Amino acid sequence: MDWIASLTLVAPETMMSVSGLIVLLVAAWGGDRQARGITWLCVAVLFSAGLMVAPALCGGAMGADAQAFQDQFRADAFASFAKLLIYAAAGAALIVAPAFFERVRAMRAEYPILVLFAALGMSIMVSASDLITLYIGLELNSLAAYVLAAFLRSDDRSAEAGLKYFVLGALASGILLFGMSLTYGFTGTTNFAGISAALQGGMGSGALFGVIFVLAGLAFKISAVPFHMWTPDVYEGAPTPVTMFFATAPKVAALTLTMRVALEAFGPQEHAWRQIVIFAALASIVVGALGAIGQQNIKRLLAYSSINNVGFMLIGLAAATPQGASAMLVYLAIYVAMSVGGFVAVLMLKDADGAPVENIADLAGLSQHRKVLSLCLAMVMFSLAGIPPLFGFWGKFVVFQAAVQAGLIPLAAIGIAASVVGAFYYIKIVKILYFDEPAMKATGKSDWMHQALLALSALAISPLGYLLTVGLGGLADKAATALFFAV
Amino acid sequence: MENFPILSLMLGVPLIGAFICLFVEAPAARWTALIATLVEFVLGALLWANYDIGGPQWQFTEKLPLFAGFSWALGIDGIALMLIVLTVFLMPICIGASWNSIEKRVGEYMAAFLLMETLMIGVFAAQDLFLFYIMFEAGLIPMYLIIGVWGGADRIYASYKFFLYTLLGSVLMLIAMLWMVNESGTTDIPTLMAYDFAPEAQTWLWLAFFASFAVKMPMWPVHTWLPDAHVQAPTAGSVILAGVLLKMGGYGFIRFSLPMFPEASAQFAWLVFTLSMVAVVYTSLVALVQHDMKKLIAYSSVAHMAIVTVGLFAFNSQGLEGAMVVMLSHGLVSGALFLAVGVIYDRLHTREIERYGGLSINMPYYALFLMLFTMASVGLPGTSGFVGEFLSLAGIYKVSTLVTAISATGIILGAAYMLYLYRRVAFGDQKHADAAAMRDLDLREWLMMAPIAAAVLWMGIYPESFLAPMRADIAALDARLARARPEGDAHLKLGAPKPAASAEHDAAQEGAH
Repeated sequence: MDWIASLTLVAPETMMSVSGLIVLLVAAWGGDRQARGITWLCVAVLFSAGLMVAPALCGGAMGADAQAFQDQFRADAFASFAKLLIYAAAGAALIVAPAFFERVRAMRAEYPILVLFAALGMSIMVSASDLITLYIGLELNSLAAYVLAAFLRSDDRSAEAGLKYFVLGALASGILLFGMSLTYGFTGTTNFAGISAALQGGMGSGALFGVIFVLAGLAFKISAVPFHMWTPDVYEGAPTPVTMFFATAPKVAALTLTMRVALEAFGPQEHAWRQIVIFAALASIVVGALGAIGQQNIKRLLAYSSINNVGFMLIGLAAATPQGASAMLVYLAIYVAMSVGGFVAVLMLKDADGAPVENIADLAGLSQHRKVLSLCLAMVMFSLAGIPPLFGFWGKFVVFQAAVQAGLIPLAAIGIAASVVGAFYYIKIVKILYFDEPAMKATGKSDWMHQALLALSALAISPLGYLLTVGLGGLADKAATALFFAV
Repeated sequence: MENFPILSLMLGVPLIGAFICLFVEAPAARWTALIATLVEFVLGALLWANYDIGGPQWQFTEKLPLFAGFSWALGIDGIALMLIVLTVFLMPICIGASWNSIEKRVGEYMAAFLLMETLMIGVFAAQDLFLFYIMFEAGLIPMYLIIGVWGGADRIYASYKFFLYTLLGSVLMLIAMLWMVNESGTTDIPTLMAYDFAPEAQTWLWLAFFASFAVKMPMWPVHTWLPDAHVQAPTAGSVILAGVLLKMGGYGFIRFSLPMFPEASAQFAWLVFTLSMVAVVYTSLVALVQHDMKKLIAYSSVAHMAIVTVGLFAFNSQGLEGAMVVMLSHGLVSGALFLAVGVIYDRLHTREIERYGGLSINMPYYALFLMLFTMASVGLPGTSGFVGEFLSLAGIYKVSTLVTAISATGIILGAAYMLYLYRRVAFGDQKHADAAAMRDLDLREWLMMAPIAAAVLWMGIYPESFLAPMRADIAALDARLARARPEGDAHLKLGAPKPAASAEHDAAQEGAH
């Protein structure tokens, strides 16, 4: 593989790095007054990066043509699918930010740049086909994310969120590195294909420990139970646009990364990790559902909801089939739309002075004075609960279909029965919005940008979303084929 | 008319109406909803008029491969036709019942009802397994809102219970459906109805479907959501809940459980019979001691639905036809009874039976209608109730005398609680001045009651109109079930023919006279 080809394959990442550095210089000289302009500049960079990776997805790039730098980096259809979701989520997190930060005079030029670098890190993560590339991408993302969590310097909760995220994230990185070193020690390579080949015959207990530690480190990143404790605190403390970012893009990146590691690198030993994934899936579904019930803060509630959703996606991973991988990607796409919708709606909940309203009790009777906003929020809730005809149902549908096709019927039955527990707190929000007497707290107006984004995501999760199933399923199938081609 | 997508149109009209209702003021929303439901009624009548009895089993079919994994496939047979006609017949009446009694958030209320109508028609018209599931489940959302927003004092508990109970019942059915589609490679309901699943698999599939339909039906002991939901729901909500939503359970049995899993159905018939027998006796007795009129009718619904399940699992055409007629009749009669409760609730704002009495003196027309519906509920010959219950019991008598005997007590107990209710409400002294001062039916209430009364009598006097479209489909189902049909307990023996000589002897004797 010659250098030119390799460099062409990493062109989107190169473009993002160079643009990020240029924008950093613009910020250094322009100062915070340029923050809005820089935000739009970063959105433009993400958009062009999206245009650059799209052909690989539509063309179904896979195999040797998509490998760069001696198979350390893969720009295949699978990575492209994830990248498109990541860029879209990062773009949404940029668009909603200025209105939020400007109210507290905290809109600084660093915010869009940090998001851009985080997106770059995730882009590298999902393309990683080597443990070292994986780690570089993961840390690039994480370092940006720690700063983002603590972005409201004057706010104690934000600082606390940043610190917690940093300490626990560092611990998880340590666990991951330990697992990687064990894996390297017992297989003699850091390349996914090489690890896969080395595990072909069988696996000793040393390598098994490697698998366990790597998966534990990744479970932290996707906030799967039992490594989920940081999620509610960080989601609550971080500024809402950042929370929205955390709930979407890093989830996509970490889950697709986990898929690649589990299905490709550890693919030959699927029985070794399947139990772990099944446990994490069911535990996440149950803990995510039960934990959410007592929450008073809507952001904490959405944090538990994201834990719950990760559990459902892991059911697709447990299937360990191309259908399962495709189903996870479809679920991820729908999940991003639902989360963006949910958090934009939360951002739009403001009191008359523009201060955010996060207490669930303050949303009582919202439907009587903010009809459209409550309708969208209720749609997001029903959709997260997986009630048809909303589009969230389709995500669960394809995941459970994959599990049934793989013969994991008890897992599917238990998982779907546990989803009823989750439905309880989602319909509780709807009850507060629609059945209760108005508290008249969230009366503030929001700007058109939020409204447009909310309308867009509401449209995507409405029953009209089902018209997308053919296209979305086709793209996800291409991506899953690319993932399994290497296996 | 042949290729006109009338079913899609019927799904679309209420949906468009619902959107309009969301954005207009109260009076406009009422009229929009009324017009939309009347248009639906006309379309439903056209559907019935154009349904070709004796024609192909599935008519008005449409199929568009719009989605990945399932398709927009619609089509009806006679069974679905009758249930759709029932739905479109009840809907304008529901809108009428809500005309004055709903005062807050009228637009949203009407939108929820119209959405409900789309989903109900969708359930009966869906020819794709997953399309059916989506419609079936989606109905939870509007009904949850109807109970929760416009319901009575304890509405929140009732709405949670309704939602979670029915959701838990249904999700396992989804897994069973996924397995079936994986196994058979098709989502087409008519194909699946002829597909033979392995008997061992049928057991599990049947149980998963049963979990959903038994809750929806509702069967004892998972019926407890129903009295709560009924009591708290607004009048029109109760009408649609009793009139159509409960029928989805029976429709599910007749469309899925029986034809798709005949062996498992035969295997579990004893379970259905046991639960139904308990339900008939137990819920009838519970109904007897209720103080709340709506609760009484809700419990009577459970008892009537038990007659439906008994008829369905009799595995013969009388039982199946009887079950269908009981469903249609119960849809009309219980709907009418809830309306009748609504009429006096609107005047006195209480459902306590004790607060009324002697209404036949000051509300003679009302008392007349109430008597007709009471008699229909009891199953008096000449009303729709008689036809269905008689056929169901005749069907089950071929299978088991014991089950018939116990189920038949339901009719006696039904007469007991309904007549007792009627005596306390309509006869006796006018104990309370406010109840005695209530005025009789006004024009709107006449317009709601009279059509139902006419339909009840029509179905009772000439049930052939309703049975004819379903006959071929029930015969097909009967043929499909033949291989698993349980043996009856009446071991009929042909007596030995009399010796020919004695006949000659008789003749000779006659000749001698």
